Amino acid sequence: MGVAKYIKDERGAIKEVTYQSGIKVKPVYGPQDLEKAGFEYDKDLGNPGEYPFTRSLHPQSYRSRAWTTRQYTGFGTPEETNERFKLMIANGQNGLNVAFDLPTQMGYDSDHPLAEGEVGRVGMAIDSLKDFETAFAGIPLDRIGSGLTINAVATIMMAMYQAVAEKFGYSREQISTTPQNDILKEMIGRGAWIFPVEHGVRLVGDSIEYAVKELPRSNPVSICGYHIRESGATPAQEIAYAFEIAKAYIDNVVQRGIKPEEFVGRFSFNFNVYGNLWEQIAKFRAARKLWAKMLKNEYGVTEKKKLFLRGLFGGGGSGLTKEQPENNIMRGAYYALGAALSGAQTIALCSFDEAYTIPTPRSALLSLRTLEILMDEVGLRDTVDPLAGSYFIETITLEMENKILEEMKEVEALGGMVKCISTGLIQRKISSQAYEYEKGLQSGEYKKVGITPGKTDKESGTTDVELHEYNEEWAEKSRANLKELRRTRNQQDVNQSLKALEKASMTNENVMPYLVKCCHAYATVGEMAGVFRQTFGEWNEPEFY
Amino acid sequence: MKKKIRILIAKPGLDGHDKGAKIVSLALRDAGMEVIYSGLHQSLEQVIQTAIQETVDVIGLSIMSGAHLPISEKLIGMMKEHGLDDVKLTVGGVIPHRDIPKLKEMGVAEVFPGGTSFEDIINGINKLFK
Repeated sequence: MGVAKYIKDERGAIKEVTYQSGIKVKPVYGPQDLEKAGFEYDKDLGNPGEYPFTRSLHPQSYRSRAWTTRQYTGFGTPEETNERFKLMIANGQNGLNVAFDLPTQMGYDSDHPLAEGEVGRVGMAIDSLKDFETAFAGIPLDRIGSGLTINAVATIMMAMYQAVAEKFGYSREQISTTPQNDILKEMIGRGAWIFPVEHGVRLVGDSIEYAVKELPRSNPVSICGYHIRESGATPAQEIAYAFEIAKAYIDNVVQRGIKPEEFVGRFSFNFNVYGNLWEQIAKFRAARKLWAKMLKNEYGVTEKKKLFLRGLFGGGGSGLTKEQPENNIMRGAYYALGAALSGAQTIALCSFDEAYTIPTPRSALLSLRTLEILMDEVGLRDTVDPLAGSYFIETITLEMENKILEEMKEVEALGGMVKCISTGLIQRKISSQAYEYEKGLQSGEYKKVGITPGKTDKESGTTDVELHEYNEEWAEKSRANLKELRRTRNQQDVNQSLKALEKASMTNENVMPYLVKCCHAYATVGEMAGVFRQTFGEWNEPEFY
Repeated sequence: MKKKIRILIAKPGLDGHDKGAKIVSLALRDAGMEVIYSGLHQSLEQVIQTAIQETVDVIGLSIMSGAHLPISEKLIGMMKEHGLDDVKLTVGGVIPHRDIPKLKEMGVAEVFPGGTSFEDIINGINKLFK
């Protein structure tokens, strides 16, 4: 049943439950369990808003403010995306979560041969600052923060966001952007990497350093256990690997002579919500606590706010099924409930049709409404950390903490995350876990409602899901705009700014100020990424078996 | 003894979602096939070259981005140009059911949309050589 392992007796009664992270669940919990685990209120929980923040980052949590909803949005041309942004904001969404198409994510312009068939497909197509001017027209950039889901070329998009804000008359101190910018997880999971590991990490370091100095309200990196989990990691590994990735970035920035205290407060995280409800809740609570403890004990961070594990808990794509897609509406609601019971600060929920394609306006709004029902209707804002003190939840939260620590120790014993990714060790481990899990699903060992073990469902969802349509004209329009841009921009400015970028990329100089200049000169994403491709080369993925 | 089926599991284009390609590779390997996995971000030229060098019987494309129609059409044209007439093409990934007839009409031998069981994929490929 579900993603946990269940052993039943001949009458169907449950005999054993083991969560994916390895936690064994007993039929009944009582005070003796907390005693056995050495549970102490002050040490393990603390009041909400107090170290180690297991209960909540803020004393009043949702009482003072509901979560921020940030549905993942973007497709087609910047015009289309701008319309959808405005629709979501008009319907109460208070932050943007921008999706880019694959050519943009991979640093290619819309007219590059490899971009064929992909322009505007899974996100919006961005070639230059001109496109950002269109996409963000009329959006109050001093009030609405933007998550930019981009990694390999996150530095470029961050620079472009600053450039567009400046163009609209905002100062760089006013704007708030959170580029995803987690290249190491791309190498484990999502696959949108370009440059070799060490150069990828250097670019992340450049953006953190720049944000510390120049963009006071922006959060330069959002570390994603999310995609690692989607790729086959257990919930404990999701947190452990994300923290080990964070350590790799911290080390890079510390080498630049910046103290952790000055920048770790800008890190945010993106974690997954699908799976066993209780295991998710234990995961989020344990993660908040461990992050604070790690920063305090290992990195000497003292200021309270800088110990916060801030982040977006959401998504849940791997939990959705293509079979009986409407079931995903209910699944999403339960995933969101888990996030709410864990005190998620920011949430984005996968929409029910995402097992097929990117959401239609109708399904995106359904997700938004699901989140509103939790906050405004059924009472998730009533009190802070409602599950605190539960014998069960507190026991498994402590067990989860230990499981996460075990996974972290394993990575560290193998030389740290950069090494584990370079050798492909982590990727191989996760792939084989994903394979085992899939076999379990197909054999019926794990149960998903709507899936019959060993049978391919050839019927459901074939006709009754309205699909977001791809429009070939988007590519033509993007290419035409690009052609016009190349004709009308000041080519000398472009050449000079790219030349300066190239020089900086070959030394240890921070590339960010040079990228901002390139963006203002209307250099294209492909041209800027092309400079990096030239200087850094491209990554050779290690064999996976 | 019957010759083992050699299959190239390929990730064409820019999409990096490789969990499906990887677990299907493992399942086909466990089913006794010789599996070559292309790695990510392959151009169609690279896919063709690998298929020729490795003398594969099947190319299995894994496409999650929604671009399966244009990619398959182009690859089929290139397979013809390179004389890979005996090589079968299968496509898996995020494929809406309504696109399956279109893919088959183009010349795709089998389509395995997300949710297809390993057993059906293995049988579907074996059947191509009976």
